[in-house]
Amino acid sequence: MNDPRRAANTAGHETAAPEPLLSVRELSVRFLMPGGRHVAAVNGVSFDLAAGECLALVGESGCGKSVLAAALLGLLPGNARTRGAAWLGPAGDRLDVLTAGEATLARTVRGRRVGLIPQSPAAHLTPVRTVRAQLEETVRELRGTGRAALRAAAEAAAARAAFPTDHLDRYPHQLSGGLAQRAATALALVADAPLLIADEPTTGLDRDLVDRTVGELRRHADNGHGLLVITHDLAAAERVADRIAVMYAGRIVELTDAAPFFGSPGPRHPYARGLLAALPERDFAPIPGLPPELDALPDGCAFAPRCDRATDRCAVLPDLTGGVACHHAPKAAHA
Amino acid sequence: MLELSHITAGYTPRAPVVRDLSLTVADGEALGLLGPSGCGKSTLARVAALLHRPYAGTVVLAGEPVRGFRFRAPRARRTLVGVVFQQPRLAADPRLTLRALIADPARATGRFTELADRADALADAVGLGGDLLRRRPPEVSDGQLQRACLARALLLRPRLLICDEMTAMLDASTTAALVAVVEDYRREHDAALLAVGHDRVLLNRWCDSVREFPTTP
Ligand code: SF4
Repeated sequence: MNDPRRAANTAGHETAAPEPLLSVRELSVRFLMPGGRHVAAVNGVSFDLAAGECLALVGESGCGKSVLAAALLGLLPGNARTRGAAWLGPAGDRLDVLTAGEATLARTVRGRRVGLIPQSPAAHLTPVRTVRAQLEETVRELRGTGRAALRAAAEAAAARAAFPTDHLDRYPHQLSGGLAQRAATALALVADAPLLIADEPTTGLDRDLVDRTVGELRRHADNGHGLLVITHDLAAAERVADRIAVMYAGRIVELTDAAPFFGSPGPRHPYARGLLAALPERDFAPIPGLPPELDALPDGCAFAPRCDRATDRCAVLPDLTGGVACHHAPKAAHA
Repeated sequence: MLELSHITAGYTPRAPVVRDLSLTVADGEALGLLGPSGCGKSTLARVAALLHRPYAGTVVLAGEPVRGFRFRAPRARRTLVGVVFQQPRLAADPRLTLRALIADPARATGRFTELADRADALADAVGLGGDLLRRRPPEVSDGQLQRACLARALLLRPRLLICDEMTAMLDASTTAALVAVVEDYRREHDAALLAVGHDRVLLNRWCDSVREFPTTP
């Protein structure tokens, strides 16, 4: 329903694809814990995201998707160790956020090249200042706009997020959940960052608000932003995304176009199939068992203990090839 | 099992978030209460769980009118009701292991050893085992912690279970798993359920009937 969808520009065969805004290659994040424990939160993740495209990264809490987002914003804690690369920007002018220093990240990345639409807007807004004051301050910080032009620039940012001008002089607690979300989005849009990351944008919102939030996110992609939506809400992902990346135990196990994933023939990875079938509008049946702990990942496929198709071959870790990481996945329908 | 009559409740008397609301949940019945976030339905859930005193109206629980709320509610009354909230992190003491968390309601009963077996069985029912039970809340995911909170709510065999946005933060599979645990428990004990939430599809699938929370003007 939200086509046009682009040609398959999944990692690995990006030749014909438009220049990606974000290119993640073999990204791994480990946390060093007390007692020498290692938590492998993200493992060998690769994907591209182009302008005008929305990729939804879905998975359950603890699957590594929030850690991945933090890595892309340079917001990992001190005990994190990364490998791989996350290139921002086109080939001539690209920057690896994993190796960029904090000064570069603060000066040129956060807010400017990457806008974050936060999970809880209430926590992101300063309670004692009006929305206008916060927008003007962010405009001044990010764009160095002079006093005279501040007011207009702040109002333009509000308009881009569909935040009503006559509410600009309100304090965050005077806003409904939906308007607080738009205020936070307006802040993320101030510098017109080409890449937007939305972290669980629909958690706790009621249906109407989910629909509106998703519609607004989609509009930002249609206006040419690259949009990465991180969510556990498959229904929201279905409504907003061109492509879907399903994460399990720190890896992308399926990376594919949204239409065949949600429609026919459906997901190809057994975990993704189980997740979709668990929706109350489908079978409402849980996947048995729990995901493995990230400090004790098995050598082979991490889904094997829960998988009804597992065989001896699954003791070897399956690569992500042709959009799915499974030894027994059905062939891609369009191949 | 639960009768709420003409409940008015909130945090400032001049602007109550629940106004003159009445509902009943029969033994064994599952009622869904649907409403947008911030509409007062959580406040109503807290009244029903005897955690919040209403400004007006009456609560009748298991046939007896409720006279005291919060610490004024007699223990035997409070333990008739099990509650699970949306945010497990706000509802779990971060210093307790998951095993201790699940068994926590037994401490004040003097039946600790008797209930220890039940705590183990419930941990198993919600899918927690082994090393996870020795971890503390900061070391587990939201989904794992919510599983523990549900087991804790079922420990004293409540006759009414109140789930306030229990699955709002959870993925589809964990949601389906927790709802299945609730439904198994209800079948076994003929317990009543008041499920408060914003997800119409979920509540329709889960509950016998679903009511819209009346929004205040
Ligand atoms: S590789 Fe094997 S265990 Fe893993 S998902 Fe595929 S069939 Fe299941």
